[in-house]
Amino acid sequence: MSWVNYLIYAFLAVNITFNLLGSIALHRFPDVYTRLHGATKCTTFGTIFAVFAVAAHALYQLHVTGDAKYLQMTLHSFVALIALLLTNPVGAHAIAKAAHLSGYKPAKAVIDAYEEKLGGGKE
Amino acid sequence: MIEPVFFYSALIISFAAFLAILRILLGPSVPDRVVGVDTLNTLVVAAMVLLGAAYDRTIYIDIAIVYALLSYIGTLIIARYLQGGLE
Repeated sequence: MSWVNYLIYAFLAVNITFNLLGSIALHRFPDVYTRLHGATKCTTFGTIFAVFAVAAHALYQLHVTGDAKYLQMTLHSFVALIALLLTNPVGAHAIAKAAHLSGYKPAKAVIDAYEEKLGGGKE
Repeated sequence: MIEPVFFYSALIISFAAFLAILRILLGPSVPDRVVGVDTLNTLVVAAMVLLGAAYDRTIYIDIAIVYALLSYIGTLIIARYLQGGLE
């Protein structure tokens, strides 16, 4: 149709690439912390572009048809994006802290600054 | 089905969700499985947003909002349980 379609294709390509990379990172990394790092960052970045693609599609449909349903779709997808962006890093941080406190050490780490900080706090 | 492009991207994202489920099944330790669940939640949100555009239903995107907030609470509670009590 127009250049909006190519914009949507580009957004969806970034979305698919980063979400697949995030899932592959779950299988390629050796321990909890590196898996968390790869998966959380890649899937958050990919989902941002999924929402952008849906918003571009809905705004173009709003421009063509003038149906208020598409404005609602745009606004709600951005609300979903804001909810995801606020909650995802906090959840990842909670998982990492809980994994460290429950005794799972990083696999190939040379230095563990959080352990030193905990040990220094207790003494 | 209005837009097949969104439907096929949601299909590929569900394949990525299958890889996350594989990590949940295979994971050697408990935090590995929690990381898999967290990834699966994000991928489900992305797939619900894309399916809302594919089937032209806004209600699917509302489901994605509610799922994002509830899965956040679930992740926090599992992390708190792993950590061993309130500290």
